[in-house]
Amino acid sequence: MVSTKSDRKLVVIQLSGGNDYMNTIVPYTNGLYYDNRKTVNIQPTEVLDIDGEYGFRSHMEPIKDLWGQGDVAIINGIGYPTPNRSHFRSMDIWHTALPDDIGNEGWLGRAIRELDPKGENVLTGVNFGRGLPRALAVRGVPVASVGNLETYGLFSDISDDSSRDLALETFAQMYGNANGGDAVMKFLGQTGMDALKGADILSTAPAKYSSTVEYAADPLSQSMRSVAQVLFADLGTRVFYTQHGSFDTHSGESATHQQLWMDVSAAIGDFTADLKEHGREDEVAILVFTEFGRRVKDNGSGTDHGSGGAAFVIGSSVEGGMYGEYPSLKEQDQLEGDLHYNNDFRTTYATLLEQWLGLEAAPIVNGHFEQFSLFKN
Amino acid sequence: MSLQDIALMAHLMRRAGFGATYQEIHENVSDGYDHTVDHLLDPNVSDGIQQDMLRRYHPDHSGGLGTAGMAFYWLHRMVQTQTPLREKVALFWHHVFATGYGKLAQGRVLMDQVEMFRQHGFGSLKTLLIELSRDPSMIIWLDNQDNHKGAINENYGRELLELFSMGVGNYSEDDIKACAQAFTGWTVSNAKYMKMRADNDSLWPYGRLNLHFEFDEDDHDGSEMTFLNETGVFNGEEVVDIICRQPATANFISRHMYNFFVADEPPVPQWPYREPRDPEAIQILSDAYFESGYNIAEMLRVMFKSEFFKSENVRSEKVKSPAELVAGVLRLTGESRKLTPKLQGDANLLGVMGQQLLNPPSVEGWHTGTEWLDTGNLVERINYAASKFADVNKPGIKEMIGRLAADAGGVATPETLVQDCLDQMGAISLSKTSMDALLNQASKTGKSEIGTDERETDEDILGELLRLVAATPDFQRC
Repeated sequence: MVSTKSDRKLVVIQLSGGNDYMNTIVPYTNGLYYDNRKTVNIQPTEVLDIDGEYGFRSHMEPIKDLWGQGDVAIINGIGYPTPNRSHFRSMDIWHTALPDDIGNEGWLGRAIRELDPKGENVLTGVNFGRGLPRALAVRGVPVASVGNLETYGLFSDISDDSSRDLALETFAQMYGNANGGDAVMKFLGQTGMDALKGADILSTAPAKYSSTVEYAADPLSQSMRSVAQVLFADLGTRVFYTQHGSFDTHSGESATHQQLWMDVSAAIGDFTADLKEHGREDEVAILVFTEFGRRVKDNGSGTDHGSGGAAFVIGSSVEGGMYGEYPSLKEQDQLEGDLHYNNDFRTTYATLLEQWLGLEAAPIVNGHFEQFSLFKN
Repeated sequence: MSLQDIALMAHLMRRAGFGATYQEIHENVSDGYDHTVDHLLDPNVSDGIQQDMLRRYHPDHSGGLGTAGMAFYWLHRMVQTQTPLREKVALFWHHVFATGYGKLAQGRVLMDQVEMFRQHGFGSLKTLLIELSRDPSMIIWLDNQDNHKGAINENYGRELLELFSMGVGNYSEDDIKACAQAFTGWTVSNAKYMKMRADNDSLWPYGRLNLHFEFDEDDHDGSEMTFLNETGVFNGEEVVDIICRQPATANFISRHMYNFFVADEPPVPQWPYREPRDPEAIQILSDAYFESGYNIAEMLRVMFKSEFFKSENVRSEKVKSPAELVAGVLRLTGESRKLTPKLQGDANLLGVMGQQLLNPPSVEGWHTGTEWLDTGNLVERINYAASKFADVNKPGIKEMIGRLAADAGGVATPETLVQDCLDQMGAISLSKTSMDALLNQASKTGKSEIGTDERETDEDILGELLRLVAATPDFQRC
């Protein structure tokens, strides 16, 4: 079945802290890689070969398998002009799609507003995690933010069901009837009832779900299971967001980075298996991104903040392959000791917005950008 | 002691601080309203903060301070302080002069900025603006280290006029250039290197290095200029002096003060197009500004003692900021009377609720009022307050329940029970809708035998009631 644009969902996985690109997509045939990465490297014997020149780091087997099926687009050398190596600032740039200015609106929040202009569905965008990432934040666009789907909602600390029901009943009276008050009270009432409604609808998702896929216990895998539950419950959610980390591997990188990619690969592998089990694989594209890559040279135990990195777009509808160029490791080609980016992250955003979600990209990403051909026709 | 006096005092303590307990309110009413205002403004009262303990348990406060550590430190002060207005005024200036960690990657220097607000935030606006212009975090935040003689960077000059003093529409583009020119050479020591460290978010190899103000005379453009219709050779100090003389500055700062302490105004960018909600109040504050020689404490004194502040129309009118909500809850539950590492969890929630202290979304600061609220963070806010008040093991809640039980003395009608809870939680008043829902709940539990020997029954009934009061829409307001 070929999905129509209105069925399509975008699942975004943010790798927080700055993923080490060179140890994820490893240029293992390039001597300069081992010259620069004397201690923090992936040995050729461990690499999962991609094309005879580059390979995935070890423990990325599930993603390697998806690559084998032609479902993984690797966006090499992704970044933005004048790299900023502060986590917050760089993440803000990715979230607001504004490298030169400090922006107030998240790109996905804008996309959600276009998908549901009247804000009719409080679940068009759902974040799994506490606190709304700026990518999803736009004034007046309701987005649910779910810490734990099993316990999500109001008064989640009340363990006794009948006590909780009683409290919720009182809550509904207080907020449902607040429309007689002043403007602030009306707003509080509406927002409270939206939250109650969203929680009510979301709480039905886990019960409807059944699957043979067993997700791992790490937080990302659990979040991806929640994504699957909400997706299969058909609540009209189009944008899902979650994050994993920290990828800020200044020290002890070898062990940490391996564990992180075991988590990410397993979570993505299990999630796509779950989609296939339910015949929903054509509806989903997964974007995996991070705020920056890391320095070309290691520091003896880890790597410091750099620029230029990799993003991934994964899904059955994705035209797998290498996109962008792997930046040169030669010293004269580097940017202050970092890999030089060669494609703007908004190219990938614009591609996803227009080719996948069927939205006009320019107003969302603040300008016109060339697009990749990321999807099968 | 009249109910009106108590309600008014509760209002003052919510606005001039982070709310107060039942006893504090009663004590303050005994002391008198004006006396309480003067006491809040008295610079000689000690805040009672145990700095030594804070540093013992949190060595990160000496060096590699990040957003988590900063939020912990400041929240601790908001909860512990005996001079709540000092923290509230520091928070006020942080809202107006919003400076963020993201661009600095340096926590110490931001905490220094807040300490500067505590020190100068009550004095002359002129001194405050000069200190702000010398503040190393502000310099990096608005790129003034790139503001050179012959190569002007307007960022700080523009925001000083637009966001920090006069507001859009009261100066020309040429004034911005002149203003920026006056601040050429106002930089930090070793600026290029420090900026690079900030951009690289670099801990290595020296840890976080603090930043220091430096005036580079060689890089200062001392040529003659015309600024706000005055011509001469002006350095930053003279420019600030001219700014402070402007009626626009008096109005703009007054409106900020009104917005923060009295009633929510629309977001700042709309101010040029929308009249203040209470123009008379702005006039009173502007007059106080000029009469006192730009003195902030005197403006605050006039404001807190004014009829427009005391008016029923502005009571519980504002939406609590996350900091007001969390600090207010903790002051009542009493769980952080002693320094405890658990406070980090509460501090982290500020970010979840949309107010990561010292890391505002932009130089405009946070949009306030209903803009604090969306479905996600409203759930967080309600669950936070409700679960804290339902936890009958917290010392503050234990005390409340003890007093509630003693007052009830055996039997209580739903009406008295709910009213007593509202009093104990800081003399809160409720809308009729919320009150009806609570009375409904109180009568549903069926039990009104409070204060007999059965402590557990008291706790069950009262804990649930306190939870629901904290879950009211009214509790989200300030």
